[in-house]
Order: sequence, then C-alpha cells, then structure tokens
Amino acid sequence: MELLGLFYYWVFAIVLMIGFYAVIAKRNLIKKLIGLSIFQAAVFLLYITMGKVEGGTAPIFQDGVTLYSNPLPQVLILTAIVVGISTTALGLGIVVRIKEEYGSIEEDEIQQRDRQ
Amino acid sequence: MISLDQHLPALQVIVPMLSAPLVMLLKPSGLARAAATAASLFAFFVAIAMTIGVLDGNTYTYRMGSWPAPYGIELAVDRFSALLLLIVTGASTLALLAGRRSVDSDIDESRQPLFYAAWLLALAGLVGIPLSADAFNIFVFMEISSLASYVIIAGGADRRALPAVFKYLIMGTVGATFYLIGIGLIYLMTGTLNLADMELRIHEVADEAPILVAAGFITIGLALKAAIFPLHVWLPNAYTYAPNPVTVFLAACSTKVSLYLLLRFDFFVFQGNLVNHDIQFTWFLMPLAVLAILIASGVALFEQNIKRLLAYSSIAQIGYILLGASFVTLAGLTASTVHLFNHALAKGALFLAVGCLATQVAGMRLADLGGIAKRMPWTAAAFIVAGFSLIGIPGTAGFISKWYLITAALEHGTLGIALVAVLVISSLMAVVYIWRIVEAIYFAEPAADLSAIREAPRMMLLVTWIAALANLYFGLVPEVPATLAASAADTLLEHLP
Repeated sequence: MELLGLFYYWVFAIVLMIGFYAVIAKRNLIKKLIGLSIFQAAVFLLYITMGKVEGGTAPIFQDGVTLYSNPLPQVLILTAIVVGISTTALGLGIVVRIKEEYGSIEEDEIQQRDRQ
Repeated sequence: MISLDQHLPALQVIVPMLSAPLVMLLKPSGLARAAATAASLFAFFVAIAMTIGVLDGNTYTYRMGSWPAPYGIELAVDRFSALLLLIVTGASTLALLAGRRSVDSDIDESRQPLFYAAWLLALAGLVGIPLSADAFNIFVFMEISSLASYVIIAGGADRRALPAVFKYLIMGTVGATFYLIGIGLIYLMTGTLNLADMELRIHEVADEAPILVAAGFITIGLALKAAIFPLHVWLPNAYTYAPNPVTVFLAACSTKVSLYLLLRFDFFVFQGNLVNHDIQFTWFLMPLAVLAILIASGVALFEQNIKRLLAYSSIAQIGYILLGASFVTLAGLTASTVHLFNHALAKGALFLAVGCLATQVAGMRLADLGGIAKRMPWTAAAFIVAGFSLIGIPGTAGFISKWYLITAALEHGTLGIALVAVLVISSLMAVVYIWRIVEAIYFAEPAADLSAIREAPRMMLLVTWIAALANLYFGLVPEVPATLAASAADTLLEHLP
C-alpha cells in the first residue's frame, strides 16, 4: 500500500497546507500567527518522522539492543521549535503594539486607519 | 602553536553575538552605543583581515569544538563569503557611526541598550550565514538575524512600522520554513547537512523526487527572504518606516545575504548534480529578474516618499543581481557578485544621505524637501554622488557592475541584445527617479520656512561622505571587489560538469 506507507508524509503535507491557508486567507493578525504556528509544526513532524527507524529504540547504549532511532533530526527540531516559539512570541508582541496604536487587530481596519 | 589568524572565522560571529547581552546591560545609552559600535568595528576589522587572507590565496576553515566535518559544524570562508562579510560588517559599522541622532529621536533613552543589543544579534546572524558551511546552522543564523531585524525595524517612530514588520515577520518566517523543509528533504535523502558533503552525496539520488522538491522549496524560500519579484511585497514598507540607520544597515546587506545563500546553495549543491538544472534556473529566474527591473523601476518613477522610492529601486537592483546569475556563465556570475558589492555601496550611501536629511526635516516626501540643498549643500552633494553610482555613470562603482552585466549579456546573441535594452531602459528610469529627488532638493520652491534648517551633524556627514567617496574609489580602482567576484564566480562554477 503505497498510500498508507506514506501516511506520515500525507499528514505533514495536509497540516502544512492548513497552516499556510490560515496565514494567507485570515485577516485577523492573531489567526495569522496561529496559522504560522501550525505551518511550522508540520515541519517539526516531517523531521521527527524521518528519524524514526522501524523497531528502533531511543539512542541510549544498552545491552541487547542493536537498532536505534536517529537522534539528529530530533535535536535539529528542538532548535527549530525554539526558533518557532521566539517567532510566535515576537509576532504576538508586535500584535499587542499594533492593538495599542491602531485599536484593532483586523488587517483591513488597520489599512483603513492608515489611509485616513 | 595557536595563532589568532586561524580563529578569525569564529571571532567574526562570536564577538557581536556575545557583545549583545553585555550591551543590553550597559547604561547610560551612550555607553551601549559605544560598545555596540566597537563590537561592529571589530567585526569589520576581522572581515578585512580575512579578505586580505583570501586574496593571498588562503581559505579559512574552522571546526566548531574541534569536531571534524561532516559530523561537526564547520565555518568556512572563501572569496565569495569574504566579500559578503565585508559588506555586512562595513554597512553595520557605518550605520552605527552615523546613526546616533536618528536613534536618539526615534527610540527612548531607556530602550536604546535593547535596540543596540538587537542590532548586534542581527549583525551576528547576518555574518553567520556566509560563514557557516552547515545547512541547518545557516537556518539558525538566518532566524537569529531575521528576528533581530524585526525588532530593530519595529523601532521606527511611525506607527506604520508595526504592520510593516508584521508582514515581514509572516513572509520571512514562511521563507525560512520553506528553506527548512528543503533542508529536511535533502537530509532525508543524503543523511548529511554539511554543504560540501551534500554536494558529494547528492548526485546518487539526484533524480529522486524529494531532491527536486527540496530544490524548489529552497529556491522559493530564499527568494522570499531576498525579496525577489514578485515576493518582494514586505520590503518597501519595512525599509520606509524603519529608523534610518536600520534602513542603511538592512538595505545594504540583508537581502544580499539571502541572495548569496541562494547562489551558494544552487551552484554548490544543485547545479552540477541535477539534470537540466541550469536551464530551469535560467528560465525561472531570468523573466522574474527582467520583471523586477522594469516594474520596480517603473513604480519608483511615481513614488513620492524618497525612502520608499529607494526601496523600490532596491527591488530593481536585486533584479540586476539575479539577471547576472541567471546566465549561469562566468561573466554573468562575476557581474552579479560585483553588483552585490557595488549596490550595497550605492544604496548604503543614499540611505545615509537620507538619514542626514531626516535629522532636519520631518517628512520624507518630495514635497517636504523643496530647496533643502541650499541649507544642506554637503548632504545634497553626497546624495548626487551616490545617485550617480546607482544610475551607473562612468567613474562610479555602479558603472563597473553595469559594464560587467552588459558584457555578460552580450555573450547571449539576440536574447542578450534584448536584455541590454532592458538594462539601458532601466538605467534611464534610474536617471529619471534620481533626478526627481535632485530636482526637488535643489530647484523646487521650499514648502515651509527653511531658516531653521542647518547641515546635518558633522559625524553623520563624515560617514555619508566616506560612503559616497567609496563609490568613486571603487569606480576608479575596482580591483578588490572585481578580483573577489571573479574568483567567487569561479568557485561557484567549478562544480558544474
């Protein structure tokens, strides 16, 4: 079953597109940021899936175990998660400032207020 | 024996990065500014030292924590990266030296140490990208520089800086995430993150779908970061509403670093290994480059705000750099690398002059600047010199890169002639939009009383003139950037079959 074998990658692609859709289509800045987080989370899934070896265990050296999962993608994605959190935090910080200055977090209202 | 020389690549990135938390703690703000400037100046000297080294034929490699590549993270400096390091650290230093008055007027005294700390982090990220030879490490540096640049752009006094930064944050993050997906797919197929190792291993799996998808994701992701038309929409507002020194810094180098990475990745990893990649590269990027040149120059013709006008001109100039690269020839790549350097000089000097004007006038619209040259003759003259360089008048740095570009285009027969026509038309457009500013500042009737306006602070003027004279110097004596660019192009192309 080709389709089922690639199940993880389908999940990655679908989650990615859900996030991307929210980033593009939503006009509310908080919803955009939520979309961005989902978008990034999909990439985390991609990395974590690829490190898994079937039947493999956590890469801790012990007797009787010869098959380990690849720890490197997990380490990489730990870094990427930190980056993702900082981006979201900074984005939310900017949204707070926008709300203070414009009194709104809807994109069209902000644009309208700038035109006045 | 441990010599300082071999540690230069590590010092280049570590000094700005570790100075950032220190600068944050310093009070009063004058001390923070001095420390930040010193750190940036130090990074500039390191970059000069390494440039001299690579011109002598050395290459620098540095194993982080002594772990050998491809397992450890490696820093590597060749002539291409040395050129970028020079641009980034130079722009940061000049902008910091000139930026005092603008920062004082835009940012609260108490927040200035934080601003300078973010600045140094942006600097550390931007020098990290050309330094690192590890694809994932580059992603981390890219995000450090982006997050820090969002912060310093948001320091702009105008509230419109905030939505501009938000847009930049969204698009920048999408770009970086695309790059991350690309890296992930390559890692999936090759099991390596080291660029040199990747190049060796990728040809075994080059015709597999994930590699092609990775090439697409990486190209688009970096195109977003580099503001390649039509993915440039974050750029004009971000440049317009950022504090002036930030505009100088970022306009001179942030998009250039992404372009560097695009070229490095494409030519180093993909070009020699993927079937027909050169043809796809040319036919995908050349039309975008031509559109960028024509449309962005066209928009600049009608723009009223001079910062935004120069921002649109930057988008057109990114088109030039891309056009040179899209030829996939030695002459083309040399042209595009030379233009990376020369455009940073010209645009840096122009934005410095704009910064000088901004110390005396509130608005940056053409109408606000009427007749200001009479009160600020030195600033206006520096603006003209840098403007000439942007247009490409002989004797300025801009001319050198236009000359290289036209020579490269003429290797391509009829198509080349059409492209030369595009270059000539866009240069004429540059004449017109620079002339509109010159006309306003020299000949237009003043909109308000000008008697309170005097010349910009001396330090700022001095830095602006250093940048303007550098445009003349590198126009008359182009050996250093030309040699670096030619051998950078050579390095990029030697991976082609």
